Amino acid sequence: MRQTYRYDARAKSIAVAKSDHNYKKEYPTMRKRSDTRIPSSEITPRDLYNRRHFMQLAAGVSLAGLLPKQVFAGDALEADKASAYTLPDEKTPFKDVTHYNNFYEFSTSKEEPAELAHTLKTRPWTITVEGEVHKPKVFDIEDLLKLAAMEERVYRLRCVEAWSMVIPWIGYPLSELIKQVEPTGNAKFVEFTTLHDPMQMPGQRSSVLEWPYVEGLRMDEAMHPLTLLTFGLYGQVLPNQNGAPIRIVVPWKYGFKSPKSIVKIRFVEQQPVSAWMKAGPDEYGFYSNVNPDIDHARWSQAKERRIGDFFKRQTLPFNGYAEQVAGLYSGMDLKKYF
Amino acid sequence: MTLKNLDQRSLQQLKAALFLLALIPCLRLVGGALTDGLGTNPIEKITRTTGYWTLTFLMITLSVTPLRRLTGWLWLVRLRRMLGLFAFFYGSLHFLTYLVLDQFFDWASIIKDIAKRPYITIGFPAFLLMIPLALTSTDKMIKKLGGKYWRRLHRLVYATAIGGVVHYWWLVKKDLTNPVTFALILALLLSIRLYYAAQGINRSKLIQHS
Repeated sequence: MRQTYRYDARAKSIAVAKSDHNYKKEYPTMRKRSDTRIPSSEITPRDLYNRRHFMQLAAGVSLAGLLPKQVFAGDALEADKASAYTLPDEKTPFKDVTHYNNFYEFSTSKEEPAELAHTLKTRPWTITVEGEVHKPKVFDIEDLLKLAAMEERVYRLRCVEAWSMVIPWIGYPLSELIKQVEPTGNAKFVEFTTLHDPMQMPGQRSSVLEWPYVEGLRMDEAMHPLTLLTFGLYGQVLPNQNGAPIRIVVPWKYGFKSPKSIVKIRFVEQQPVSAWMKAGPDEYGFYSNVNPDIDHARWSQAKERRIGDFFKRQTLPFNGYAEQVAGLYSGMDLKKYF
Repeated sequence: MTLKNLDQRSLQQLKAALFLLALIPCLRLVGGALTDGLGTNPIEKITRTTGYWTLTFLMITLSVTPLRRLTGWLWLVRLRRMLGLFAFFYGSLHFLTYLVLDQFFDWASIIKDIAKRPYITIGFPAFLLMIPLALTSTDKMIKKLGGKYWRRLHRLVYATAIGGVVHYWWLVKKDLTNPVTFALILALLLSIRLYYAAQGINRSKLIQHS
């Protein structure tokens, strides 16, 4: 595990150095970015990977309390790796996870968010939790980072476009946050809203989707232990292009059901209408559970290409999480509620 | 020598330069494949690139006739066969990418795709229609068919171009910028033809009346 992280951290440093080198070549007079060597924040936390140190920390000291005051993309993020939800699947390399992103707030190209997302300011950041709750509250991101113990969860991610990855996310169950605000009996659904700021998110200047991006879950889906309030991946704080500083990950649904860079969580009685439902009501349903038997209106969902593989593989019902979540939908016609 | 009357030598040079230029997208893919430079999803990248250049070469090929009429540069038509064959070349690569890299000869899945996915239902015959055009592109075949029948047969390229653009339009998830751009270019190229055709009819009427 430690080896993997070391390798990735090094690969990342090389990538940074390389891109700076190219930048220098292209814009020799612009000094601002070309001067950036590897920031100290990227070097120091590597101590944290030291196993002995980690064990000392684990021996009773609150991990969250030891986190630096503010952490940014690329900084280390500690997490308990002994999660019951870790998959045996081979992880998709860090480079691919962070350079192939559907994040229309920046671009409809999957390569461009990695280049463009540096304009996103992840501090200060607050998340408004409101609606059908007894204790509505505006949470600061620093408080959310300390709200519950961080876990590493290696999840499958299945995109509606029929490709997939395996990603070690870091976060804690969304239910931990939900418990804090005490939903009322009227709270039947949860609606998530992504930041809407075309200055920071240039893709929002185009009307390809109706902004802000809205997604939603049924209450029992949101409370399910697999639903992760996510702050990091691969041992690091979320890179901007992966939905920094805070996102949702719902591993048994198509990727677009996992909203990024969220600023609002609202508890509601009526089923929310998501951005993709508005964009294509016949193609994107509210549930959007991964299902090989229900094709997208225009392409098959029976198979998927795992990034890095040559051969396609069969897609599994609920993305392989049927054992944990199929019960949520018993008695429902999944063809109707797609 | 002027642009209007290009001499044989210059035309040959232009043709050679164009040939090399038209190979660049293919060479870049080969280079990318050899250096691990095709990004996270190489098969998707190859599919998209070859598809894009198929449509682009179809548009360039279809712009030869209008350009020749607008500029009076008659020699332009002598580049048309090569441009059309490049459209076929990239179209074939696009189809082979789907057949081999994407589906790996999974015939059942391919047949299902052609029957069920509208963009493949239209894209596949659009590609097939290019085959007779490529086969009859030689001087020998033109002579054999005779100019009149050859021209009639080669009007199939309009069906291929329309089918190709619709194929692109139907497959994108949301961002229609590229398909719309191709559709506008094609609409322009086809309407110029309609305009000239209508003029031709008027002129022949005038001749008949006089």
